[in-house]
Amino acid sequence: MEFLTDPIKVVYDWLLELFLGWGWADWVAVLVIYLLGIVLFISAVMVLDILLVWVERKVVARFQDRLGPNRVGPFGLFQPFPDIIKLILKEDIIPEGADRVVFNLAPILSLASVIFLWAVVPLASRIYGVDLNVALLYIVAAGAIGTLSIIMAGWASNNKYALLGAYRMVANMISYEIPMVVALLIPTVIVGSMSFVAITEAQSDYWFVLVSPLGALIFLIAAIAELGRSPFDLNEGESEIVSGYHIEYSGMKFGLFYAGELLHAFTFGGFVAALFFGGWHGPWAQEYPLLGAFYFVVKAMIGYWVIMWVKYTVPRIRIDHMLAFNWKFLTPLAFILLMVTALTHRVLLDAPTWLYISGMFLSNVLLAWITVEVLRAQARRKRESVPPVMVGD
Amino acid sequence: MTAEQIIFFLTAALILISALMVVTTRNLVHAALWLIATLFGAAVLFATLEASFLAVVQIVVYIGAISILFIFAVMLTRRNLLDKVSQTNAGWPWAAGIAIAAFAGLVFLAGQMHNAGAQKGEVFGDPLMALSTALVSPDAYVLAFEVASIMLLAALVGAVYIANRK
Repeated sequence: MEFLTDPIKVVYDWLLELFLGWGWADWVAVLVIYLLGIVLFISAVMVLDILLVWVERKVVARFQDRLGPNRVGPFGLFQPFPDIIKLILKEDIIPEGADRVVFNLAPILSLASVIFLWAVVPLASRIYGVDLNVALLYIVAAGAIGTLSIIMAGWASNNKYALLGAYRMVANMISYEIPMVVALLIPTVIVGSMSFVAITEAQSDYWFVLVSPLGALIFLIAAIAELGRSPFDLNEGESEIVSGYHIEYSGMKFGLFYAGELLHAFTFGGFVAALFFGGWHGPWAQEYPLLGAFYFVVKAMIGYWVIMWVKYTVPRIRIDHMLAFNWKFLTPLAFILLMVTALTHRVLLDAPTWLYISGMFLSNVLLAWITVEVLRAQARRKRESVPPVMVGD
Repeated sequence: MTAEQIIFFLTAALILISALMVVTTRNLVHAALWLIATLFGAAVLFATLEASFLAVVQIVVYIGAISILFIFAVMLTRRNLLDKVSQTNAGWPWAAGIAIAAFAGLVFLAGQMHNAGAQKGEVFGDPLMALSTALVSPDAYVLAFEVASIMLLAALVGAVYIANRK
Protein backbone atom coordinates (compact mmCIF):
# COMPACT_ATOMS: atom_id res chain seq x y z
CA MET A 1 0.00 0.00 0.00
CA GLU A 2 1.71 3.15 -1.14
CA PHE A 3 -0.88 5.33 0.56
CA LEU A 4 0.20 4.10 3.97
CA THR A 5 3.88 4.73 3.34
CA ASP A 6 3.66 8.16 1.72
CA PRO A 7 0.09 9.56 1.87
CA ILE A 8 0.91 13.14 0.86
CA LYS A 9 2.69 12.11 -2.32
CA VAL A 10 -0.10 9.71 -3.33
CA VAL A 11 -2.77 12.38 -2.87
CA TYR A 12 -0.58 14.92 -4.67
CA ASP A 13 -0.02 12.66 -7.67
CA TRP A 14 -3.70 11.72 -7.87
CA LEU A 15 -4.84 15.37 -7.76
CA LEU A 16 -2.19 16.42 -10.29
CA GLU A 17 -3.33 13.73 -12.72
CA LEU A 18 -6.96 14.73 -12.18
CA PHE A 19 -6.34 18.44 -12.78
CA LEU A 20 -4.10 17.82 -15.80
CA GLY A 21 -6.84 15.58 -17.14
CA TRP A 22 -9.20 18.56 -16.98
CA GLY A 23 -6.83 20.37 -19.31
CA TRP A 24 -5.36 22.74 -16.74
CA ALA A 25 -1.90 24.18 -17.20
CA ASP A 26 0.88 22.61 -15.17
CA TRP A 27 1.53 25.58 -12.89
CA VAL A 28 -2.18 26.23 -12.28
CA ALA A 29 -2.65 22.62 -11.13
CA VAL A 30 0.36 22.79 -8.78
CA LEU A 31 -0.77 26.16 -7.40
CA VAL A 32 -4.32 24.89 -6.78
CA ILE A 33 -3.00 21.75 -5.07
CA TYR A 34 -0.77 23.80 -2.78
CA LEU A 35 -3.64 26.18 -1.95
CA LEU A 36 -5.92 23.22 -1.24
CA GLY A 37 -3.26 21.74 1.01
CA ILE A 38 -2.85 24.97 2.95
CA VAL A 39 -6.62 25.44 3.38
CA LEU A 40 -7.13 21.83 4.46
CA PHE A 41 -4.22 21.95 6.88
CA ILE A 42 -5.40 25.19 8.49
CA SER A 43 -8.96 23.83 8.70
CA ALA A 44 -7.72 20.66 10.39
CA VAL A 45 -5.75 22.75 12.89
CA MET A 46 -8.78 24.94 13.60
CA VAL A 47 -11.04 21.91 14.13
CA LEU A 48 -8.44 20.59 16.55
CA ASP A 49 -8.56 24.01 18.21
CA ILE A 50 -12.32 23.61 18.78
CA LEU A 51 -11.64 20.31 20.53
CA LEU A 52 -8.91 21.96 22.62
CA VAL A 53 -11.56 24.22 24.17
CA TRP A 54 -13.23 21.11 25.52
CA VAL A 55 -9.91 19.56 26.63
CA GLU A 56 -8.89 22.73 28.44
CA ARG A 57 -12.22 23.13 30.24
CA LYS A 58 -12.39 19.47 31.21
CA VAL A 59 -8.81 19.39 32.51
CA VAL A 60 -9.11 22.62 34.50
CA ALA A 61 -12.31 21.26 36.03
CA ARG A 62 -10.53 18.09 37.16
CA PHE A 63 -7.67 20.10 38.64
CA GLN A 64 -10.19 22.19 40.56
CA ASP A 65 -12.19 19.16 41.69
CA ARG A 66 -15.18 19.91 39.45
CA LEU A 67 -16.84 17.92 36.67
CA GLY A 68 -16.50 20.42 33.86
CA PRO A 69 -18.79 20.54 30.81
CA ASN A 70 -21.00 17.43 30.82
CA ARG A 71 -24.39 18.49 29.39
CA VAL A 72 -23.96 18.72 25.62
CA GLY A 73 -23.09 15.42 23.98
CA PRO A 74 -21.18 12.51 25.51
CA PHE A 75 -18.80 13.79 28.23
CA GLY A 76 -19.80 17.30 27.18
CA LEU A 77 -17.81 16.78 24.00
CA PHE A 78 -20.01 19.13 21.94
CA GLN A 79 -19.79 21.95 24.50
CA PRO A 80 -17.51 24.07 22.23
CA PHE A 81 -20.29 24.41 19.65
CA PRO A 82 -22.75 26.23 21.94
CA ASP A 83 -19.74 28.28 23.07
CA ILE A 84 -19.02 29.29 19.49
CA ILE A 85 -22.68 30.09 18.76
CA LYS A 86 -22.74 32.26 21.87
CA LEU A 87 -19.57 34.08 20.86
CA ILE A 88 -20.90 34.72 17.36
CA LEU A 89 -24.29 35.98 18.58
CA LYS A 90 -22.77 38.40 21.08
CA GLU A 91 -22.84 42.08 20.24
CA ASP A 92 -19.63 43.21 18.61
CA ILE A 93 -18.55 46.30 20.53
CA ILE A 94 -15.87 48.68 19.36
CA PRO A 95 -15.18 51.13 22.17
CA GLU A 96 -15.50 54.88 21.74
CA GLY A 97 -12.14 56.36 20.79
CA ALA A 98 -10.64 53.05 19.75
CA ASP A 99 -8.42 52.92 16.71
CA ARG A 100 -10.81 50.88 14.56
CA VAL A 101 -8.45 49.39 11.98
CA VAL A 102 -5.72 48.45 14.45
CA PHE A 103 -8.34 47.23 16.94
CA ASN A 104 -9.80 44.83 14.38
CA LEU A 105 -6.44 43.76 13.00
CA ALA A 106 -5.00 42.69 16.36
CA PRO A 107 -7.08 39.51 17.00
CA ILE A 108 -6.52 38.37 13.41
CA LEU A 109 -2.75 38.77 13.75
CA SER A 110 -2.87 37.06 17.12
CA LEU A 111 -4.43 33.89 15.73
CA ALA A 112 -2.42 34.11 12.50
CA SER A 113 0.87 34.20 14.42
CA VAL A 114 -0.05 30.80 15.87
CA ILE A 115 -1.20 29.33 12.55
CA PHE A 116 2.10 30.47 10.98
CA LEU A 117 3.84 28.08 13.35
CA TRP A 118 2.09 25.06 11.81
CA ALA A 119 3.92 25.60 8.53
CA VAL A 120 7.05 24.05 10.02
CA VAL A 121 5.57 21.51 12.46
CA PRO A 122 6.94 18.07 11.50
CA LEU A 123 3.84 15.93 11.89
CA ALA A 124 5.47 12.75 10.58
CA SER A 125 8.43 11.58 8.54
CA ARG A 126 6.86 12.68 5.23
CA ILE A 127 4.01 14.89 6.48
CA TYR A 128 4.99 18.51 7.10
CA GLY A 129 4.29 21.92 5.62
CA VAL A 130 7.77 23.01 4.54
CA ASP A 131 11.23 21.83 5.49
CA LEU A 132 12.59 25.29 6.25
CA ASN A 133 16.33 25.43 6.95
CA VAL A 134 15.72 28.23 9.49
CA ALA A 135 12.62 26.71 11.09
CA LEU A 136 13.69 27.39 14.67
CA LEU A 137 14.26 31.08 13.94
CA TYR A 138 10.99 31.11 12.03
CA ILE A 139 9.02 30.16 15.14
CA VAL A 140 10.72 33.02 17.01
CA ALA A 141 9.72 35.34 14.16
CA ALA A 142 6.11 34.16 14.34
CA GLY A 143 6.25 34.85 18.07
CA ALA A 144 7.38 38.39 17.25
CA ILE A 145 4.19 38.90 15.25
CA GLY A 146 2.21 37.62 18.25
CA THR A 147 3.94 40.20 20.44
CA LEU A 148 3.03 42.87 17.92
CA SER A 149 -0.63 41.82 17.95
CA ILE A 150 -0.75 42.19 21.74
CA ILE A 151 0.69 45.69 21.76
CA MET A 152 -1.70 46.62 18.92
CA ALA A 153 -4.68 45.30 20.90
CA GLY A 154 -3.59 47.07 24.06
CA TRP A 155 -2.98 50.38 22.37
CA ALA A 156 -5.98 50.42 20.03
CA SER A 157 -8.47 49.62 22.81
CA ASN A 158 -7.98 53.13 24.26
CA ASN A 159 -8.23 51.68 27.75
CA LYS A 160 -5.58 52.12 30.41
CA TYR A 161 -6.02 48.60 31.75
CA ALA A 162 -5.62 47.15 28.29
CA LEU A 163 -2.47 49.22 27.75
CA LEU A 164 -0.97 48.23 31.10
CA GLY A 165 -1.80 44.59 30.45
CA ALA A 166 -0.17 44.80 27.02
CA TYR A 167 2.96 46.43 28.51
CA ARG A 168 3.33 43.70 31.08
CA MET A 169 2.70 40.95 28.57
CA VAL A 170 5.11 42.34 25.99
CA ALA A 171 7.82 42.88 28.62
CA ASN A 172 7.29 39.26 29.58
CA MET A 173 7.40 37.98 26.01
CA ILE A 174 10.44 39.86 24.77
CA SER A 175 12.45 38.99 27.89
CA TYR A 176 11.72 35.28 27.78
CA GLU A 177 12.47 35.19 24.06
CA ILE A 178 16.18 35.21 24.96
CA PRO A 179 16.36 32.00 27.06
CA MET A 180 14.01 30.43 24.52
CA VAL A 181 16.28 31.22 21.59
CA VAL A 182 19.27 29.93 23.55
CA ALA A 183 17.39 26.73 24.44
CA LEU A 184 16.51 26.36 20.73
CA LEU A 185 20.22 26.64 19.93
CA ILE A 186 20.97 23.50 21.93
CA PRO A 187 19.31 21.03 19.49
CA THR A 188 20.74 23.17 16.69
CA VAL A 189 24.26 22.69 18.04
CA ILE A 190 23.73 18.95 18.51
CA VAL A 191 22.25 18.35 15.05
CA GLY A 192 24.00 21.07 13.11
CA SER A 193 20.78 22.25 11.50
CA MET A 194 17.91 24.56 12.34
CA SER A 195 15.42 22.50 10.33
CA PHE A 196 12.69 20.81 12.34
CA VAL A 197 12.68 17.83 10.00
CA ALA A 198 16.44 17.29 10.44
CA ILE A 199 16.20 17.67 14.23
CA THR A 200 13.42 15.09 14.47
CA GLU A 201 15.23 12.74 12.09
CA ALA A 202 18.32 12.94 14.30
CA GLN A 203 16.38 11.58 17.25
CA SER A 204 15.76 8.14 15.75
CA ASP A 205 18.13 6.45 18.25
CA TYR A 206 17.68 8.54 21.38
CA TRP A 207 15.58 11.49 22.46
CA PHE A 208 17.35 14.78 23.05
CA VAL A 209 15.81 15.05 26.49
CA LEU A 210 18.44 12.49 27.53
CA VAL A 211 21.19 14.58 26.00
CA SER A 212 19.97 17.92 27.32
CA PRO A 213 17.38 17.59 30.11
CA LEU A 214 18.20 21.08 31.37
CA GLY A 215 17.71 22.50 27.88
CA ALA A 216 14.27 20.89 27.67
CA LEU A 217 13.35 22.38 31.03
CA ILE A 218 14.54 25.87 30.09
CA PHE A 219 12.64 25.64 26.81
CA LEU A 220 9.47 24.58 28.61
CA ILE A 221 9.72 27.44 31.12
CA ALA A 222 10.43 30.00 28.40
CA ALA A 223 7.60 28.57 26.29
CA ILE A 224 5.12 28.92 29.15
CA ALA A 225 6.25 32.51 29.62
CA GLU A 226 5.94 33.15 25.90
CA LEU A 227 2.41 31.76 25.99
CA GLY A 228 1.55 34.10 28.85
CA ARG A 229 0.15 31.24 30.90
CA SER A 230 0.29 30.97 34.65
CA PRO A 231 2.65 31.43 36.50
CA PHE A 232 3.58 34.06 33.89
CA ASP A 233 0.07 35.28 33.06
CA LEU A 234 0.85 38.88 33.90
CA ASN A 235 -1.48 40.15 31.22
CA GLU A 236 -4.27 39.29 33.61
CA GLY A 237 -4.74 40.45 37.17
CA GLU A 238 -8.35 40.68 38.26
CA SER A 239 -7.62 43.15 41.06
CA GLU A 240 -5.35 45.52 39.11
CA ILE A 241 -5.89 45.34 35.35
CA VAL A 242 -8.87 43.01 34.98
CA SER A 243 -8.27 40.80 31.94
CA GLY A 244 -5.43 42.76 30.39
CA TYR A 245 -4.97 43.55 26.73
CA HIS A 246 -8.21 41.90 25.52
CA ILE A 247 -10.49 43.59 28.05
CA GLU A 248 -12.35 45.58 25.37
CA TYR A 249 -12.86 42.68 23.00
CA SER A 250 -16.24 40.99 22.86
CA GLY A 251 -17.77 38.11 20.95
CA MET A 252 -15.74 36.34 18.32
CA LYS A 253 -12.86 38.83 18.50
CA PHE A 254 -12.25 37.73 22.05
CA GLY A 255 -12.81 34.20 20.75
CA LEU A 256 -9.91 34.61 18.33
CA PHE A 257 -7.55 35.59 21.17
CA TYR A 258 -8.79 32.67 23.24
CA ALA A 259 -8.54 30.16 20.39
CA GLY A 260 -5.08 31.51 19.58
CA GLU A 261 -3.95 31.03 23.17
CA LEU A 262 -5.15 27.43 23.34
CA LEU A 263 -3.70 26.51 19.97
CA HIS A 264 -0.44 28.24 20.90
CA ALA A 265 -0.16 26.14 24.06
CA PHE A 266 -0.83 22.94 22.11
CA THR A 267 1.65 23.96 19.41
CA PHE A 268 4.37 24.56 21.97
CA GLY A 269 3.58 21.16 23.47
CA GLY A 270 4.28 19.87 19.96
CA PHE A 271 7.54 21.82 19.75
CA VAL A 272 8.73 20.40 23.06
CA ALA A 273 7.87 16.95 21.68
CA ALA A 274 9.61 17.56 18.36
CA LEU A 275 12.76 19.11 19.82
CA PHE A 276 13.36 16.98 22.90
CA PHE A 277 11.02 13.97 22.90
CA GLY A 278 11.63 12.45 19.50
CA GLY A 279 8.74 14.09 17.63
CA TRP A 280 6.95 11.48 15.52
CA HIS A 281 9.42 8.70 16.34
CA GLY A 282 7.90 5.52 17.73
CA PRO A 283 7.39 1.89 16.76
CA TRP A 284 6.80 1.53 12.96
CA ALA A 285 6.50 5.31 12.59
CA GLN A 286 9.27 5.42 9.96
CA GLU A 287 7.34 3.15 7.56
CA TYR A 288 3.84 4.43 8.29
CA PRO A 289 3.78 8.24 8.51
CA LEU A 290 0.15 8.33 9.64
CA LEU A 291 1.16 6.35 12.73
CA GLY A 292 3.99 8.87 13.23
CA ALA A 293 1.50 11.74 13.06
CA PHE A 294 -0.55 9.96 15.71
CA TYR A 295 2.51 9.61 17.98
CA PHE A 296 3.32 13.26 17.43
CA VAL A 297 -0.19 14.42 18.38
CA VAL A 298 -0.13 12.20 21.48
CA LYS A 299 3.24 13.62 22.55
CA ALA A 300 2.04 17.15 21.83
CA MET A 301 -1.06 16.49 23.94
CA ILE A 302 1.14 15.30 26.81
CA GLY A 303 3.23 18.46 26.46
CA TYR A 304 0.03 20.53 26.40
CA TRP A 305 -1.18 18.68 29.49
CA VAL A 306 2.04 19.54 31.36
CA ILE A 307 1.57 23.20 30.41
CA MET A 308 -2.02 23.05 31.73
CA TRP A 309 -0.85 21.23 34.85
CA VAL A 310 1.60 24.06 35.59
CA LYS A 311 -1.02 26.67 34.76
CA TYR A 312 -3.63 25.38 37.16
CA THR A 313 -1.22 24.56 39.99
CA VAL A 314 1.18 27.48 40.27
CA PRO A 315 0.01 30.96 41.31
CA ARG A 316 0.86 34.09 39.36
CA ILE A 317 4.33 35.61 39.88
CA ARG A 318 4.75 39.34 40.50
CA ILE A 319 6.23 41.21 37.53
CA ASP A 320 9.53 42.22 39.21
CA HIS A 321 10.08 38.66 40.39
CA MET A 322 9.33 37.40 36.93
CA LEU A 323 11.78 39.76 35.22
CA ALA A 324 14.46 39.12 37.86
CA PHE A 325 14.02 35.37 37.44
CA ASN A 326 14.52 35.72 33.71
CA TRP A 327 17.45 38.13 33.59
CA LYS A 328 19.35 37.09 36.70
CA PHE A 329 18.76 33.35 36.59
CA LEU A 330 17.30 31.81 33.44
CA THR A 331 19.24 33.77 30.81
CA PRO A 332 22.72 33.27 32.38
CA LEU A 333 21.91 29.61 33.02
CA ALA A 334 20.81 29.13 29.42
CA PHE A 335 24.00 30.72 28.06
CA ILE A 336 26.24 28.64 30.34
CA LEU A 337 24.29 25.53 29.38
CA LEU A 338 24.76 26.35 25.70
CA MET A 339 28.53 26.65 26.15
CA VAL A 340 28.72 23.46 28.23
CA THR A 341 26.60 21.58 25.68
CA ALA A 342 28.68 22.78 22.74
CA LEU A 343 31.98 21.87 24.47
CA THR A 344 30.81 18.44 25.66
CA HIS A 345 29.31 17.72 22.26
CA ARG A 346 32.59 18.58 20.54
CA VAL A 347 34.67 16.49 22.97
CA LEU A 348 32.40 13.45 22.75
CA LEU A 349 31.69 13.73 19.03
CA ASP A 350 33.51 10.52 18.10
CA ALA A 351 32.63 8.61 21.28
CA PRO A 352 30.23 5.65 21.17
CA THR A 353 26.55 6.49 21.64
CA TRP A 354 26.24 5.28 25.24
CA LEU A 355 29.26 7.35 26.30
CA TYR A 356 27.97 10.37 24.38
CA ILE A 357 24.52 10.25 25.99
CA SER A 358 25.82 9.64 29.51
CA GLY A 359 28.50 12.34 29.13
CA MET A 360 25.99 14.92 27.94
CA PHE A 361 23.50 13.90 30.63
CA LEU A 362 26.12 14.12 33.38
CA SER A 363 27.29 17.54 32.18
CA ASN A 364 23.68 18.74 32.51
CA VAL A 365 23.29 17.20 35.95
CA LEU A 366 26.60 18.74 37.07
CA LEU A 367 25.51 22.17 35.85
CA ALA A 368 22.15 21.83 37.62
CA TRP A 369 23.92 20.82 40.82
CA ILE A 370 26.33 23.79 40.66
CA THR A 371 23.38 26.10 40.01
CA VAL A 372 21.50 24.82 43.04
CA GLU A 373 24.62 25.18 45.20
CA VAL A 374 25.19 28.76 44.05
CA LEU A 375 21.55 29.60 44.74
CA ARG A 376 21.77 28.03 48.19
CA ALA A 377 24.93 29.99 49.05
CA GLN A 378 23.26 33.19 47.87
CA ALA A 379 20.14 32.52 49.92
CA ARG A 380 22.28 31.81 53.01
CA ARG A 381 24.18 35.07 52.57
CA LYS A 382 20.90 36.94 52.24
CA ARG A 383 19.47 35.27 55.33
CA GLU A 384 22.57 36.12 57.38
CA SER A 385 22.53 39.77 56.30
CA VAL A 386 19.04 40.20 57.76
CA PRO A 387 19.17 40.68 61.56
CA PRO A 388 17.30 37.90 63.34
CA VAL A 389 13.83 38.78 64.56
CA MET A 390 13.17 37.95 68.23
CA VAL A 391 9.98 36.07 68.82
CA GLY A 392 7.67 38.19 70.93
CA ASP A 393 9.22 41.51 69.89
CA MET B 1 5.55 37.85 -16.35
CA THR B 2 6.65 35.11 -13.99
CA ALA B 3 5.15 34.51 -10.58
CA GLU B 4 8.37 35.79 -9.03
CA GLN B 5 8.01 39.12 -10.83
CA ILE B 6 4.39 39.46 -9.74
CA ILE B 7 5.43 38.89 -6.13
CA PHE B 8 8.27 41.38 -6.54
CA PHE B 9 6.04 44.13 -7.91
CA LEU B 10 3.38 43.59 -5.23
CA THR B 11 6.01 43.65 -2.50
CA ALA B 12 7.71 46.69 -3.96
CA ALA B 13 4.36 48.50 -4.05
CA LEU B 14 3.73 47.52 -0.41
CA ILE B 15 7.17 48.77 0.64
CA LEU B 16 6.85 52.09 -1.22
CA ILE B 17 3.31 52.84 -0.09
CA SER B 18 3.94 51.96 3.53
CA ALA B 19 7.25 53.86 3.55
CA LEU B 20 5.37 56.90 2.25
CA MET B 21 2.76 56.43 4.97
CA VAL B 22 5.50 56.30 7.63
CA VAL B 23 6.58 59.84 6.85
CA THR B 24 3.17 61.34 6.06
CA THR B 25 0.88 59.94 8.75
CA ARG B 26 0.40 62.21 11.74
CA ASN B 27 -0.23 59.50 14.31
CA LEU B 28 3.12 58.28 15.64
CA VAL B 29 1.93 54.79 16.52
CA HIS B 30 0.45 54.44 13.05
CA ALA B 31 3.79 55.53 11.63
CA ALA B 32 5.47 52.77 13.63
CA LEU B 33 2.94 50.21 12.34
CA TRP B 34 3.48 51.34 8.74
CA LEU B 35 7.21 51.01 9.35
CA ILE B 36 6.57 47.41 10.37
CA ALA B 37 4.75 46.86 7.06
CA THR B 38 7.77 48.29 5.22
CA LEU B 39 10.19 46.04 7.07
CA PHE B 40 7.94 43.05 6.45
CA GLY B 41 8.06 43.81 2.72
CA ALA B 42 11.86 43.83 2.89
CA ALA B 43 11.70 40.41 4.58
CA VAL B 44 9.53 39.15 1.71
CA LEU B 45 12.14 40.39 -0.79
CA PHE B 46 14.86 38.52 1.10
CA ALA B 47 12.72 35.39 1.03
CA THR B 48 12.20 35.59 -2.74
CA LEU B 49 16.00 35.86 -3.12
CA GLU B 50 16.31 32.57 -1.18
CA ALA B 51 18.02 34.39 1.70
CA SER B 52 15.78 32.67 4.24
CA PHE B 53 18.05 33.44 7.17
CA LEU B 54 18.07 37.17 6.44
CA ALA B 55 14.29 37.15 5.89
CA VAL B 56 13.61 35.56 9.26
CA VAL B 57 16.21 37.65 11.09
CA GLN B 58 14.68 40.76 9.54
CA ILE B 59 11.38 39.87 11.21
CA VAL B 60 12.88 38.77 14.53
CA VAL B 61 15.14 41.78 14.93
CA TYR B 62 13.32 44.61 13.19
CA ILE B 63 9.68 43.72 13.85
CA GLY B 64 10.11 41.72 17.05
CA ALA B 65 12.57 43.99 18.79
CA ILE B 66 13.22 47.38 17.22
CA SER B 67 9.67 48.26 16.17
CA ILE B 68 8.25 47.13 19.51
CA LEU B 69 10.86 49.36 21.15
CA PHE B 70 9.76 52.25 18.92
CA ILE B 71 6.13 51.77 19.93
CA PHE B 72 7.10 51.56 23.60
CA ALA B 73 9.21 54.71 23.37
CA VAL B 74 6.49 56.63 21.55
CA MET B 75 3.76 55.56 23.95
CA LEU B 76 5.80 56.19 27.08
CA THR B 77 7.17 59.60 26.14
CA ARG B 78 4.40 61.42 24.28
CA ARG B 79 1.26 62.49 25.97
CA ASN B 80 -0.53 63.52 22.81
CA LEU B 81 0.05 61.07 20.00
CA LEU B 82 -1.37 63.40 17.34
CA ASP B 83 1.15 65.83 15.94
CA LYS B 84 -0.46 69.11 14.97
CA VAL B 85 2.57 71.06 13.72
CA SER B 86 3.48 71.28 10.03
CA GLN B 87 5.31 68.22 8.76
CA THR B 88 7.74 70.16 6.59
CA ASN B 89 9.94 73.20 7.07
CA ALA B 90 11.19 75.86 4.68
CA GLY B 91 13.98 73.68 3.30
CA TRP B 92 11.75 70.97 1.85
CA PRO B 93 12.28 71.82 -1.87
CA TRP B 94 16.04 71.42 -1.35
CA ALA B 95 15.58 68.09 0.37
CA ALA B 96 13.26 66.90 -2.39
CA GLY B 97 15.76 67.99 -5.04
CA ILE B 98 18.65 66.19 -3.34
CA ALA B 99 16.54 63.06 -2.91
CA ILE B 100 15.49 63.04 -6.58
CA ALA B 101 19.08 63.66 -7.72
CA ALA B 102 20.38 60.85 -5.51
CA PHE B 103 17.69 58.50 -6.82
CA ALA B 104 18.46 59.40 -10.43
CA GLY B 105 22.16 58.86 -9.76
CA LEU B 106 21.49 55.44 -8.27
CA VAL B 107 19.31 54.43 -11.23
CA PHE B 108 22.02 55.63 -13.63
CA LEU B 109 24.74 53.72 -11.76
CA ALA B 110 22.63 50.58 -11.63
CA GLY B 111 22.07 50.84 -15.40
CA GLN B 112 25.84 51.05 -15.96
CA MET B 113 26.49 47.78 -14.11
CA HIS B 114 27.36 44.93 -16.44
CA ASN B 115 24.83 42.52 -14.89
CA ALA B 116 21.94 44.98 -14.65
CA GLY B 117 18.59 43.31 -15.13
CA ALA B 118 20.19 39.87 -15.00
CA GLN B 119 18.52 36.93 -13.35
CA LYS B 120 19.57 36.25 -9.77
CA GLY B 121 22.64 34.07 -9.39
CA GLU B 122 22.40 30.34 -8.89
CA VAL B 123 22.79 29.31 -5.27
CA PHE B 124 25.05 26.30 -4.77
CA GLY B 125 24.49 24.15 -1.71
CA ASP B 126 22.86 25.39 1.46
CA PRO B 127 23.01 29.19 1.48
CA LEU B 128 22.61 29.17 5.27
CA MET B 129 25.75 27.03 5.63
CA ALA B 130 27.65 29.30 3.23
CA LEU B 131 26.62 32.37 5.22
CA SER B 132 27.54 30.86 8.57
CA THR B 133 30.95 29.64 7.46
CA ALA B 134 31.63 33.02 5.85
CA LEU B 135 30.88 34.77 9.14
CA VAL B 136 33.52 32.79 11.07
CA SER B 137 36.11 32.15 8.37
CA PRO B 138 39.27 34.30 8.46
CA ASP B 139 39.18 34.62 4.66
CA ALA B 140 35.75 36.23 4.74
CA TYR B 141 33.94 38.34 7.30
CA VAL B 142 35.20 37.21 10.70
CA LEU B 143 36.75 40.62 11.43
CA ALA B 144 33.57 42.55 10.62
CA PHE B 145 31.55 40.03 12.63
CA GLU B 146 33.77 40.37 15.71
CA VAL B 147 33.93 44.16 15.45
CA ALA B 148 30.14 44.30 15.30
CA SER B 149 29.84 42.12 18.38
CA ILE B 150 32.33 44.26 20.31
CA MET B 151 30.32 47.33 19.32
CA LEU B 152 27.13 45.71 20.62
CA LEU B 153 28.92 44.76 23.84
CA ALA B 154 30.06 48.38 24.26
CA ALA B 155 26.49 49.56 23.75
CA LEU B 156 25.31 47.08 26.37
CA VAL B 157 27.93 48.21 28.89
CA GLY B 158 27.06 51.84 28.17
CA ALA B 159 23.36 51.18 28.73
CA VAL B 160 24.07 49.48 32.05
CA TYR B 161 26.31 52.39 33.11
CA ILE B 162 23.72 55.03 32.26
CA ALA B 163 20.93 53.08 33.94
CA ASN B 164 23.04 52.54 37.07
CA ARG B 165 24.00 56.18 37.68
CA LYS B 166 22.42 57.36 40.88
